[in-house]
Formats: sequence, C-alpha cells, structure tokens
Amino acid sequence: MKPPTEIETAVALETNPVAGIDQTKGDFKYNVDYAFDAGTGLNETTVRYISSVKKEAPWILDFRLKALKTFLEKPMPTHWATKDLENINFDKIRYYLSQGQKPKRTWDEVPDDIKQTFERLGIPEQERKFLAGVEAQFDSEAAYSNIKEIVAKQGVIFCNSTEGLREHPEIFRKFFGKVIPTADNKFSALNSAVFSGGSFIYVPPGVKVAQPLQAYFRINAENFGQFERTLIIADEGSEVVYMEGCTAPKFSTSTLHSAVVELVALKGAKIQYITVQNWANNVFNLVTKRGVAHEDAEIKWIDCNIGSRLTMKYPGVVLKGERARGEVLSIALANDGQHQDTGAKMIHAANNTTSNIIAKSISVGQGRSTYRGVVHIPKHLKGCKNNTECDALLINTNSRTDTYPAISVKGDRNATQHEASVSKVSEDMIFYMQSRGLTEAQAMSLAVNGFINDLARQFPMEYSVELKRLIDLEMEGSVG
Amino acid sequence: MTTISPPPSLTGSFTAEAFAAHLERVKHLPKWWLDRKRAAYARFASLPMPKRTDEGWRFSNLSGLTLDGFNLPPAVRFEQMAHRELGVTGAGHLVLANNRLVSRLVFDAAEKNGIIFDSLQNALLQHGDLVKAHLLAQPSKLGSDKFAALHEAFLEDGAFIYVPKGVEATLPVGVFHYASGAGAAVFPHTLVIAEDNAKITVADFFRSDGAPATPPGNAVGEVARAPAQFACGGHDLYAGHGAKVTYIAMQDWSRETLSFQFNATVARRDARVLSLNLHAGARQARHESFSQLSAPGAHSEMLALTVAHGTQEFDQRTLQIHQAPNTSSNLLYKNALLDQAKTIFSGLIVVDPDAQKTDAYQSNRNLMLSDEAEANSLPGLEIQANDVRCTHGATSARIDREQEFYLESRGIRAAQAQELLVFGFFEEVLGKVENSELHDILTDIIREKFKQ
Repeated sequence: MKPPTEIETAVALETNPVAGIDQTKGDFKYNVDYAFDAGTGLNETTVRYISSVKKEAPWILDFRLKALKTFLEKPMPTHWATKDLENINFDKIRYYLSQGQKPKRTWDEVPDDIKQTFERLGIPEQERKFLAGVEAQFDSEAAYSNIKEIVAKQGVIFCNSTEGLREHPEIFRKFFGKVIPTADNKFSALNSAVFSGGSFIYVPPGVKVAQPLQAYFRINAENFGQFERTLIIADEGSEVVYMEGCTAPKFSTSTLHSAVVELVALKGAKIQYITVQNWANNVFNLVTKRGVAHEDAEIKWIDCNIGSRLTMKYPGVVLKGERARGEVLSIALANDGQHQDTGAKMIHAANNTTSNIIAKSISVGQGRSTYRGVVHIPKHLKGCKNNTECDALLINTNSRTDTYPAISVKGDRNATQHEASVSKVSEDMIFYMQSRGLTEAQAMSLAVNGFINDLARQFPMEYSVELKRLIDLEMEGSVG
Repeated sequence: MTTISPPPSLTGSFTAEAFAAHLERVKHLPKWWLDRKRAAYARFASLPMPKRTDEGWRFSNLSGLTLDGFNLPPAVRFEQMAHRELGVTGAGHLVLANNRLVSRLVFDAAEKNGIIFDSLQNALLQHGDLVKAHLLAQPSKLGSDKFAALHEAFLEDGAFIYVPKGVEATLPVGVFHYASGAGAAVFPHTLVIAEDNAKITVADFFRSDGAPATPPGNAVGEVARAPAQFACGGHDLYAGHGAKVTYIAMQDWSRETLSFQFNATVARRDARVLSLNLHAGARQARHESFSQLSAPGAHSEMLALTVAHGTQEFDQRTLQIHQAPNTSSNLLYKNALLDQAKTIFSGLIVVDPDAQKTDAYQSNRNLMLSDEAEANSLPGLEIQANDVRCTHGATSARIDREQEFYLESRGIRAAQAQELLVFGFFEEVLGKVENSELHDILTDIIREKFKQ
C-alpha cells in the first residue's frame, strides 16, 4: 500500500464517475477588489479600524480592545495541543477584508465577481430548493443575506453580527459573549477582538422554523483570517435547524479560520446545529462552539470535518436547566497532511440532565484524527447520565488516531459510560465484496460508508449524500 | 482578604545537607551508582513542582504535594515492629524498615536453584552489572520526573530478586517495606529480574508502623492521628523471553502519608507479566505505571483495586507502549469510592507504527458509594498502526439497583447485599490471581479495610 500523492488524487477525481461533488469543488478563486482592508498583522489600530468601518457602538470597541489584550496575554495551548499551532504567523494574516458593509437581499444585487463564487458553489440553487434563509459570507462580510418572507413574518431575526448588535441590542447583547467568555481560550479571545460576519438568529417563543437556515462561509483571499461570530437564541418552546458549510481555495500559504459560535436554548427550545467543514487542507480551523440548554431544552451539534490542515473543535453543551439534553454527533475524516482534533464537552449543571456523544473518525494515508472530550458532573446532582462512544477506523498502515477523554463524576446518583474502539476494515469483509465483483476501492468505500452510516443517516438528506460522495472520493487511491 | 504565601521551596526537607548526609551513609556502594544519585539529586533540586497546567497532573490536588516536615528516619529493629507474615506456607521474605534491611528469610530451594533475594545494597556490591542494567533504567514518562529523581537520589536500600534462566520459583517472596515514626521519609524499591523462561511471584507490602503520635488534649474516643509520613517508592519488573512474573502490591501506608510509587515494567518476547496493585492507605497517593511490550508475543496484565474513603486521593497514571507486533495488554483498574474520596485514573495506550496485530484493552470502573465522592477518568489511546484491536471503556455509577433488589427480595439485608455486590465488583480483578492462598489473603485484606 502507498499513500496517494497529490497528482494521483487529482487524476482520480477526474475519472471518478460518482464524484458529483468533491473536495476540489471549492478550489478556485476570482480576483476581487476590496474596498475595506485592515492590512496585515494585528494591533490596536487593526481593531479600531474594524470597529470604525462597522460604525459600532463604543461598548463593542471596548469589548474588542479588552479581548485583544487577553489574546496577546494568553499562551498557545501547546501543553496539551499539537505543536502545529506554532506555525501560525499572526503577523502575516489579513484580519479584515470586505467589498461593502451591507449584505444584499437579492442575488441580482450581489456584485458579479462575488456572485460567481457562490453560483459555482451552488448556494442560490440550494436556497430556492430547501432553505428558509441563507447568509453567504465572503471573507469578512456577508455578501448576501435573505430570509424567506414567511419565516420573517413569524418574527425570526436572521442577520449578521454587525447588524444584530446594531439593530437588536436589546435581544443579542444579553447573551453576546456570555456562553463563551472572551478569555475561554486564546482563539476565542482573538475572535472577540476582530470578529466580523457570522449569523445572529433569534427565534421567538413557540416558533418552529420549518426549513433550515443556512450560512455559507467562503475564504477567497490569500493569508486571510476569517473570524465569524454566531449567536443563536431560541426562545421558549421554539425550534430551529441551522446549517453551515465552508470552503476555501488552496493557497500556497496557510489561512486561519477562528469562529465563535454561541447557542442559547431557553426553556423547552430545540436547536440543531449542523456543520459540514470542507476547508482546503491548508486552513487552520480553530473554532469554539458552545451552547447553553435551559430547562427541558435540547441542543444537538452535528459536526462533520473533512477539510482543513488542522481542526481543533469541541462543540459543547452546558446543561443548565433540569431535564436538558445535549448531543454531539461527530464525523471526522483525516487524509494526508490533515489533523482532525475534534470532540465534545458536556457540562452537567442541573439534575436529570442527559448527554450523548457519538464520534466516529476515519484516518486515511498519513492522516491523524483525535477525539478529545470532557464530561463533567459536579457535586450534588442526581439523575445525570452521559453516554460516550468513540470509534476510529484506520485505513492505511501509517494512519494515526488518538483518544483523550476526561470524565469527572461526583456522587452516587449519576451514571456515565464511555467506550472507544480502534479497528481497521476487516479483510474478510473486503474479500467477500471483491468475490462479488467489486474492486478493492469500491469495497473499501462501501465498508467505510457502512462504518458511519448510522450517524450519516441523521444528517439532512443533501448533506448525507454529499458526505457519502466525499468518502467515496477520499477512498480513491487509498488502497492497492 | 487573601494572603499570598511564599513560593514553596523546590526541595522542602530534602535539602543538599540531607542529601550529603545520605551519601555519606551509602559511600561504600559502587561509584557509578553514587554518580547517578548525584545527577538525580541535581535534577530533583532544579525541576519545578507540578503546575496546574501540566497535563500529567490534571485533576490532581497540587497543594497536598508539600515536601516539608519530613526527615530521614533513624533505624528500627525488626523486633520493634508489629510484623505480620505473608501467610503463604514456606514463602521467603525480605523486611525493610526505615530504608534498611532488617530481616531476610530465604526459602529452601532458592539458593540451590540460583535464585537470589537480597538487599539492593548487597546486590549493588555483588551483582553490579545486573543492577546497573535494570535498576531505574526506564525513563519517567508520566509527569513525576521531579519525584522520580528524588527517589533515585535518596534510595538507600531495597529488595533485589533475581531468578536465573529456566528456573521456576514455586513459592512467592514477600517484601515488606515499613515506615516508622512521625515524619519518616522512606524510599522503598523492589527490583525483580526474571531471566528467560523463569517464573516468580513477588508480593510487595507497604505499611506504616510505630505508635501513632497522640497529641495531648485529644478527646476520649477520638481516633488518634496517624503519623504523617512520606513514601517515594519504585519497582522495576523485568521479564526476559518467555518469563512469567506475577507482582502483587499492597499499599497500606498511614492515613496521613503522601505517597508516590513508580513502576517500570519491561516484557520481552512471549513474556507474561501480571501486576496487581491494591491501594488502601495514604492521604494522597500517586501511582505511575509504565509498561513496555518490547518484543512479539509479550503480554502485560495491569490490574488495580482501590478502596478510597475519608478524604483520600488516589491518583493513578498508566502508560502501556506496544513496541513490537503481536503484543497484548489488558488493563483493569477498579475503584470503590466512599465518603469524600477522590480518584483519578489517567491511562494511555500507545501503539507504535510497527506494532501491528496489537491487542490492547484498558478499562476503568468506578463504583460510587457516596454522594460526595469524585471519580475522574482519562482513558487515552494513541494508535499509529492500523491492524490492531484497541478498546477502552470507563464507567462511573452506583451499585446496580436491580441486583440490589434481587438480593433483598431473597431476604438478604440491604447492608449485606451491598457488601456482596462490592465484593462481586472486586472479584473480577482478584480472580486473576492464580495462587489461591494469595487470592484469599488479598480478599481478607480488602474485607478488613472495607469494614473500617
């Protein structure tokens, strides 16, 4: 067996008949003239520039400047995380790039040079077909943002972070930066200093948004850092599904994406947050995601990581109210040169709260996948339950996988269980399929798809189809 | 108002003067060993104390690690101690008290077969090359570099057990390490070398002895305060090709002891090592166990049972490295937690890129018997070969209500039912001890401990 080289993969892509969608789909760029550019490097001037361009209220500028200080003070978390983080050169990154400040409401108004990017990614088409609202972010700002009239009439607010904080401070300020404090980690501090774009969503009490809301994040410029900020508030008894996708062209230098996503599910609300991350494999993807679930509320993260050079992302749920429920379903695929360091955090803070983590990872070639998790059940709670399952599949002899869970339980009225396994695709299975006339690669694809099938089924249809195709593609050239 | 305490000293009671005094006492030992001790002391004195951000000390109570108030204790005589034998007929023993050998009993067949069990000092003088090759020969990889260096620097005497090629010792050897007197600092060490196809069973006991110092004015009926002691021990297990080593340790230090124990195990081709650690004593006990499966066919069975009560903290860190193909390891650590006790289990299975066909298992089970106990599990895997079977599991829960109900429905009282179920929980580990006499001894010790 040999790891696929870049050229072989490219050839495989062209000849792969099932590759309706592929990892190179996002690998293109158009030249765009930026009207606003904060230059390279990060200092107070950069932060002030971003804030002034956005015409922000003074408290937001203060928030940003404090965050910058925290960012500069905090060391890199390399005492537990990979040393690869040291390869990020914060002085070479461009922190803010945009063509205009106000997102367009129709695709016709979006400038052609940006529109063609999203056309090629199929966003307008998807919107017509099955989405309740779409926001398309191009580098630092949303180029397009629209919500279907019927959803808007229900009182649902769907806008970007700048608009959210400027036009609805009474709703968003209360929760902004509260689920994930600035000082949570170095990258949440960085995001808090230079955030731009992202989605701010408010769903009024009792409103069940029938179709998913979607955001699409696109990095177009080289050496660019994208720092979107998302805050979703589901008021009592409401329900919402949010999906995000992301791509970037492959540049010769690495790119940074560092988002902060905060979810608040008030009493009885349900939030489902779906991510299909397919960044080019030189993007550092360092994301902090956390939700607070109040009484009887439910937060479900469905997290799928296929792209990027290094992803560090551990979606968490703070189970704050009784009977709250948190769930993380995670699929990670690490190919040559990729490290998917993903996982979940479940912080139980009320009685009878339950959480479930199911993580599956696949390591191909020299890819490395890591599961890192925290389950915390503090003192004097009762009736809390956690179930964690991590399964790793190793395809090639030099593939690598790690598991680092941390489970902390107090008291005798709670129960946790954790299981993890590491295996390869069984030779018997491959042999059987080959004896039925499948090629080795087809058999491998089928086996890998079987491995993640029970998770992939929980994805929305379009995503699970896309995922299966991506896996077929990644398996090409990985055997033989 | 907060008071800022001065930064704790890096050496505590173990000052350069204390080390010089210790060196003076062991100056008759080989030069290479004294040089190593000097280097170890320099490492100990320069390394910082563990910090909150050290991954190897996650969840540990760092404020309890103070090195102040201990002394290198004076010698005690064997007769002064309430020594209790192993209880296996015909077994030999080595008894060490306050870092000195006080009694040695060799079983009949031992010398005839070339089995050596003697003090580490005698071994250093008579079998220097053997000791040099195996004593503290493996690196400290689990976070306690500083304390491992302290152990090496102050290690005065220990137990040396050597079984030559092809010899099978049918009887076990009991090694007893005593700490006597308040403030005593002891550095026990047991070195077990089983050459190719040899077989040996060693039982290591760690006990505090001496009358507990009763502070004046103690109210009648109040339990006397146990002496605060410091134990910093280690054991090296080496199993040559096809060798079979069974090692059982019973840690029962006084309830005020700060204890460290460092284990390094090396298993060569087709060797089998079983080690079972029982943890009952100490105020705060850290146990680091590092197993290397260095040749095909090696197998390591890593077992531990902990009964944690009061405010005890047991901190167990393990690392099992599979360095060669077709090796297997099986780890099962069971903790029963009462009162406000706290346990930490942090385990890591590492499979090197060449170690195909590895079969590794790691399991941590916490039985919560109190609403205030705290169990932390960090079961980890780092796998770099694909044709492997590696699984781990960790659970924390109370006694199964259904089982309890069943027993009660059969007329068994709740307290008895609980005891039965707890012993059922332990039996899974104890059942792996092949020697039935040893098995019964261990069961009795746990039963006794559990009743306190």
